[in-house]
Amino acid sequence: MEYIIPSNNDAPITGKILCCQCGILIEPNALNMCSGCLQTQIDITDQIPKQGQLQMCNKCIRYLQPPNTWISAELESRELLTVCLKRIKGLNKEVRLTDAGFIWTEPHSKRVKVKLTVQKEVMTGAILQQTFIVEFTILNQICDECQRIEAKDYWKALVQVRQRTSHKKTFFYLEQLLLKHNAHTDTTQIKQNHSGLDFYFAEQNHARKLLDFLSCVVPCASESSKSLVSHDIHSNIYNYKYTYAVEIVPICKDDVVCLSMKHSKQLGNIGPICICSKITQNVYLIDPQTLKIAVISSTEYWRHPFQSICDSKHLVEYIVCDVNLIDSDGKPHVYGKESTKHALAEVYVMKASEIGFVDKQYITITHLGHLLHPGDSVLGFDLQNSNVSNTSLETYNMDKLPDVILVKKLYADKSLRNRKRKWKLKHLNVEDAVSGTSNDRDYTDFLEDLEEDPTLRQNVMIYKDEKKLHQIDDEKETIDIPQIGLEEMMSELKLDEDETQMKVDS
Amino acid sequence: MAVRTQFESSNDIGVFARLTNSYCLVGVGGSENFYSTFESELNDHIPVIHASIADCRIVGRLTIGNRHGLLVPSSTTDQELQHIRNSLPDTVRLRRCEERLSALGNVIACNDYVALIHPDLDKETEEILSNTLNVECFRQTVADRVLVGSYSTFTNQGGLVHPKTTIQEQEELSSLLQVPLVAGTINRGSDVIGAGLLVNDWIAFCGLDTTAHEISVIESVFKLGQHHHLTGANAATTNKTIKDSLVDALT
Repeated sequence: MEYIIPSNNDAPITGKILCCQCGILIEPNALNMCSGCLQTQIDITDQIPKQGQLQMCNKCIRYLQPPNTWISAELESRELLTVCLKRIKGLNKEVRLTDAGFIWTEPHSKRVKVKLTVQKEVMTGAILQQTFIVEFTILNQICDECQRIEAKDYWKALVQVRQRTSHKKTFFYLEQLLLKHNAHTDTTQIKQNHSGLDFYFAEQNHARKLLDFLSCVVPCASESSKSLVSHDIHSNIYNYKYTYAVEIVPICKDDVVCLSMKHSKQLGNIGPICICSKITQNVYLIDPQTLKIAVISSTEYWRHPFQSICDSKHLVEYIVCDVNLIDSDGKPHVYGKESTKHALAEVYVMKASEIGFVDKQYITITHLGHLLHPGDSVLGFDLQNSNVSNTSLETYNMDKLPDVILVKKLYADKSLRNRKRKWKLKHLNVEDAVSGTSNDRDYTDFLEDLEEDPTLRQNVMIYKDEKKLHQIDDEKETIDIPQIGLEEMMSELKLDEDETQMKVDS
Repeated sequence: MAVRTQFESSNDIGVFARLTNSYCLVGVGGSENFYSTFESELNDHIPVIHASIADCRIVGRLTIGNRHGLLVPSSTTDQELQHIRNSLPDTVRLRRCEERLSALGNVIACNDYVALIHPDLDKETEEILSNTLNVECFRQTVADRVLVGSYSTFTNQGGLVHPKTTIQEQEELSSLLQVPLVAGTINRGSDVIGAGLLVNDWIAFCGLDTTAHEISVIESVFKLGQHHHLTGANAATTNKTIKDSLVDALT
């Protein structure tokens, strides 16, 4: 009998027995079977399917958890493991799960392999543990939300932003504000229209959020309307589409306006010819003759609306012949607020187009005394020779109004400034972007405005243009061009995949 | 030789029958197939008796016996006792025994000379046991289990014990019983040897699930059938083991 092995050890040695199936010598266990026989005889995972399917929406990288929940998960993440385990039937009824993990698979293979370790008590005192692999096939299925977005007609709320002006500078500014404050994230779509932008939203409150944002950053008025899409008379559910029409005040920076006599008196005898110096949620007007400032809120504006008589496109170039700064004694007395950033000056100018033909000098009082020197170019508005139909302008005696209104200093020409620009902006992903020459000119005008006005820059994220940053200026020019310092620029984040909503302007 | 059988689709045939060298008790069951198996194998040699103990058919667990006698629990009715008495050969002594642990088959394992008994068995029962069955009694456990009758079976030729029995314990038991022992299983890995196996000096009955490997172990350790002629090496080992045991007992 070979089973009794005499041993000299005092420690109890468990005798070996024969496996009841194959007859090899084994240590006795609960089933008295060798592990090889156990594997062939008992499969505790036979109730568990070894293959499965996962539905993934590849638009939003989310996985379907039946019946209709979509869970966003990355490959080999905890969330995905949860989704996978819920798809495996009989995992907690038949057996006890002790371990689960992923086996790496090629991301493009559309396969996810989950390695599971389960335990089950097959007989009293005999718990078997088994490790096995379940392979999932990823099937593409667009989720309902993405399907609606893909269908392009999915929106519940629409915000139509409009400004009745000839240029798009306000919208370029608005775009930068949206980017800086991430106010555009909830939009399903942004469309460009000939006079503004349309923002589409899946939820009404997202649209209201944008509305609130807009009323904080630009002077505007809004109207809302709704149209019934469908309704259920039994459950009293009404399904509406909401439209918000936002009208931005049609006054821009550097516009020349003419206030009505009444309005001018209300604002403390300002103007009546004023220049818009700044736009925030209010309109800031400055009287170039006296440096008096008036702030007009959007509600106040809509009570007494006025139009610009000249926008930045219609300004003509003048050459400064002489500048006489007016000191505080010679200045007209002003009731109310007065600008301290500007200096009043008496300026002699000549029209740049008339030099050589007509030797006519214009004399005017301007608020740009701190910037102008003889020989400088300046953009201005020829009021006397203008052909403007404006009801409030007609009420004034033209003789009492100045001949020329100087609006802003003209620095070097556009192409030079374009070359010297070492920064860029990001853009929203806007559909139907009209790219015409006028659009490009508006955009360069906007960039120049940014360079000239530090307060405007505060709300804009400016990025370094790596291409231009390393170009060395060989032309040593001493012309003073307003430029943005490197310290104000930001380095661009190089993760382009994340910025699906933005495309970098090159 | 070893025969596979089952009692009404149960493999635990040791529960329903008691086999010794001079008689065989079979519980009264619904089907006669079980009885027929024993009758066809044993009828020429020993009586096969239909019996019940206290109206139960689990005669294998309730009784203990050998060539010399049979011990039945106190719950046995007079009528049953009379029937068994009439059916048993005259040389076999029959005794009723007042014992708290009334499943005598579970607490006692014996051959014609020695018996292993449950450590808590009454002194009186031990005395009755020695007198009736003509055996020497040892209070022992098998693999730390007190139900020695359930977890071991042995004859005058050899014995099968619980699979977890240590080698030391096997040697100790082997020297007490003076027969070679093997740890093994029955009924495809079951450790309840007494319930799955009925054996005497020339034949064994085991549950239907018992595998060929288990049967070969049983036939070799109980020296049944063709395995009676052991190969030289095995025989030498067996002789040596027995010799060791004898020497151990004498010293």
